[in-house]
Amino acid sequence: MKIVVCIKQVPDTKGGVKFNPDGTLDRGAMLTIMNPDDKAGLEAALRLKDQYGAEVTVITMGLPKAEEVLREAMAMGADKGILVTDRVLGGADTWATSQTLAGAIRNLEYDLIITGRQAIDGDTAQVGPQISEHLGIPVISYAQKIEVEGDSVIVERQYDDRYHVLKAKMPCLVTALAELNEPRYMTPGGIFDAYNAEITVWGRADLKDVDDSNLGLKGSPTQIAKASDKVRKGAGEKVTLDPTESVDYIIGKLKEKHVI
Amino acid sequence: MNLAEYKGVFVFAQQVDNEVSGIALELIGKGKDLANDLGTEVTAVLVGSDVKALADELAAYGADKVIVVDDPELKEYRTEPYAHALASVIEKYKPEIFLVGATAIGRDLGPRVSARIHTGLTADCTQLEIGDFPINPIPGKEQLHNQLLMTRPAFGGNTIATIACPNFRPQMATVRPGVMQKLPKDESKKAVIEEFNPGFTPDNKYVEILKVVKSVVDTVDIMDAKILVSGGRGVGSAENFKLLDDLAEVLGATVSCSRAVVDAGWKPKDLQVGQTGKTVRPNVYFAIGISGAIQHLAGMEESDVIIAINRDETAPIFDVADYGIVGDLNKILPALTEKLKAEIAAK
Amino acid sequence: MDFMLSKQHEMARSLFREFAEKEVKPLAQEVDETEVFPRATVEKMAKAGFMGIPVPKEYGGQGCDILTYAMCVEELSKVCGTTGVIVSAHTSLCCDPILTYGTEEQKQKYLPDLAAGRKIGAFGLTEPGAGTDAQGQQTKAVLDGDDYIINGSKIFITNGKEADVYVIFAVTGTVEKRGRMIKEISAFIVEKGTPGFTFGTKEKKMGIRGSSTYELIFTDCRVPKENLLGKLGEGFKIAMHTLDGGRIGIASQALGLAEGALETTINYVKERKQFGRAIGAFQNTQFQLADMATKVEAAQLLVYKAAMAKATQKVYSVEAAKAKLYAAEVAMEVTTKAVQLHGGYGYTREYDVERMMRDAKITEIYEGTSEVQRMVISGALLK
Repeated sequence: MKIVVCIKQVPDTKGGVKFNPDGTLDRGAMLTIMNPDDKAGLEAALRLKDQYGAEVTVITMGLPKAEEVLREAMAMGADKGILVTDRVLGGADTWATSQTLAGAIRNLEYDLIITGRQAIDGDTAQVGPQISEHLGIPVISYAQKIEVEGDSVIVERQYDDRYHVLKAKMPCLVTALAELNEPRYMTPGGIFDAYNAEITVWGRADLKDVDDSNLGLKGSPTQIAKASDKVRKGAGEKVTLDPTESVDYIIGKLKEKHVI
Repeated sequence: MNLAEYKGVFVFAQQVDNEVSGIALELIGKGKDLANDLGTEVTAVLVGSDVKALADELAAYGADKVIVVDDPELKEYRTEPYAHALASVIEKYKPEIFLVGATAIGRDLGPRVSARIHTGLTADCTQLEIGDFPINPIPGKEQLHNQLLMTRPAFGGNTIATIACPNFRPQMATVRPGVMQKLPKDESKKAVIEEFNPGFTPDNKYVEILKVVKSVVDTVDIMDAKILVSGGRGVGSAENFKLLDDLAEVLGATVSCSRAVVDAGWKPKDLQVGQTGKTVRPNVYFAIGISGAIQHLAGMEESDVIIAINRDETAPIFDVADYGIVGDLNKILPALTEKLKAEIAAK
Repeated sequence: MDFMLSKQHEMARSLFREFAEKEVKPLAQEVDETEVFPRATVEKMAKAGFMGIPVPKEYGGQGCDILTYAMCVEELSKVCGTTGVIVSAHTSLCCDPILTYGTEEQKQKYLPDLAAGRKIGAFGLTEPGAGTDAQGQQTKAVLDGDDYIINGSKIFITNGKEADVYVIFAVTGTVEKRGRMIKEISAFIVEKGTPGFTFGTKEKKMGIRGSSTYELIFTDCRVPKENLLGKLGEGFKIAMHTLDGGRIGIASQALGLAEGALETTINYVKERKQFGRAIGAFQNTQFQLADMATKVEAAQLLVYKAAMAKATQKVYSVEAAKAKLYAAEVAMEVTTKAVQLHGGYGYTREYDVERMMRDAKITEIYEGTSEVQRMVISGALLK
């Protein structure tokens, strides 16, 4: 069984988010991580590898630095890593990104493609379903459980107030939720092996059946009219008091604000 | 794609179990605004099986026209027949704007449809308006008018971006529930219905629904609450949420939680506040044992008053709390509940 | 000489740090209060390959270098001294001697389980009458047919009752050395459950309270002669050489404790206000932190140098001794200062620094007291 997992290197907006004195985001100070939904997708693939002996290939589109996230995936147990990087691919919206990844994936044999539901920087949740459209395969999003049965996947698909148990024939694409599983840690040996392994690097020329007009900034239907860092609502008061004083403080404020 | 051919504001009227979702009505409300600015109409697109009767409700909330796509294949939501339905509607009717709710359905359907049509889709918009692109004229570049300007947060809520889709139609956007307002209901309005069925032939993209499992929801929608007592990982256990329940009871508040709590299995997902949960705007938001990850803040920072209690003085929640108390929730909450009971009894 | 860590080592460090923050830190206080061995944590570490970092892949280990192993103990110890020493004793004091002195059969028999963390290792040298004076051993092993019969007891054994595989030292006879008759000491691999091998008292300790520290009692304990580790009479040499490696592990533990205390203190002095300002604004505090940070970095360099020496040199006793001596004394100093800078709060169990201080003390004592390290270093200087 062959599984392709799309992963993305993102700034760690969950953890150490730093702000400049003027309240804007200090991007330079932010660490990068593997997107959490993608990591869960990778773990799902690795569990299928443990169970069925599947081959797991991870692929990412990004700047050269993104190879770090491929190494991390390989240190967790992925078999192969592919970096898709090229100047002309930059500035892509979700249409152009999905076109790029689909173009890369057309070079690979796959039964199952797993992507994360959404990335914590873009937060669109669009790339996964769009890739499946370009490749003409079924998509199941918001997977909270993934199992394989013969030539099909059985997936629990989460909705706001329910879930569906769906069956789709492979090849198909599934987008994973971070709550799908608890991803494994890398192993120390895995890290050194990952750095000894070779990562395949593809550029624009390696993309199959993709028109230039669909790539990068030029190929993006959506364009940014304006963007600014949101100035965070500033911090208010902070106190360290004993429990009795804390209670009085809170009640005082609730009265002040006419809550009680 | 001849852009001039595209006219009208269309809204995907999401329905589940033959009940119109609130988001559909909110989008019709906003759609009407946009349609007025453009001098055109707002049309609701109703997709399902045996759903024609819902059309009047859509009209009552402002839809000038309702296109009904009715077919047994559409009984339960599945990506493929629904994507085919909307793509066919778009190809036939050529709307200039198409709005979809940013729900677990819309955030799957929207991208698939936009990719099929080859147009731009902007997700989780918090503001929609008609304007110019570029916003300020740039010499040598044509300034287009009557464009849909879609504003949305990115970077976990740290960046606000305004997006346009100048060269492709329809301009598509998804909007979260609770962001837009629905219009007041006018029962006198009856739907102007047009039925359309593009034909549904199952192909490889169709999936099979083996089972539908509904969550047993017995709770107040946290989005409606005026006061929220919200707990995070710091509460420690499902049992310990009793401290929050007690406080909520005395205040007439509702209990909600952070994602960590849902992941730990202590509370169900519909109580989750945050980027992948619900966006809430209560008068008072108690953040108890919540560290304040950006994804959580994105769901509650618009609250009027934020009161945070956390043992860790470096917790990011203190950066947005109006009143931050560094302390042990296990000691403070019971005492607070008792004192409040006394205060309220004394009145 | 390159002071920059490679990308691989940086990634390994972030792995250890993430694990420590997520899995170990939340339990540290409870482990200390309840004195319960964190078995669940050991299982998680086993799954992530932390129990066999420097063991070669052919024996089921991770096949990494000593520096990577040292960084693991360092990062774990930053948040929990107990967890750090569990890995250190298991790896340096049990896996390492079997790897270095074991026969192929012994390596195949014991290393895979140890490296995978399915079994935990320990090292039994110290006796009631033989601490720094290790030669004062009294435990005896007498050959009887195809077995050795062991009689005696060992105390203060780390991983004590939780371990499964023990490297035990015993007197097997007397030999002549430089005209005198001295004890012939040999090493044995003893498995838990061997009849005649029981446990005595659990030590109640000042620090590393979750570490299982027990007395081992051997009463006519029969051990097959295949379990002799190394050659007969090689025991003392094996013990000393093993302790050289163990000292690097303990030095890493001390380093981690110092770093953890320093980091938490820096955060505290930024927040704690007295006299209308953060106490970090006072120069007395600033200068103390500067001294602490400098010493911690010096300790780190000595520890990493010792780790590199073990990887590249046959003999690294002096490097290991310097690292352990310095890191342990820095750990004691830094953790004590950390408590002081936290004021009254630092003395309570609400904060981690008092535990770090209690944990740090033992690093000046076990696996060779600071006095022993000074003997090793000066011995080499004055050869």
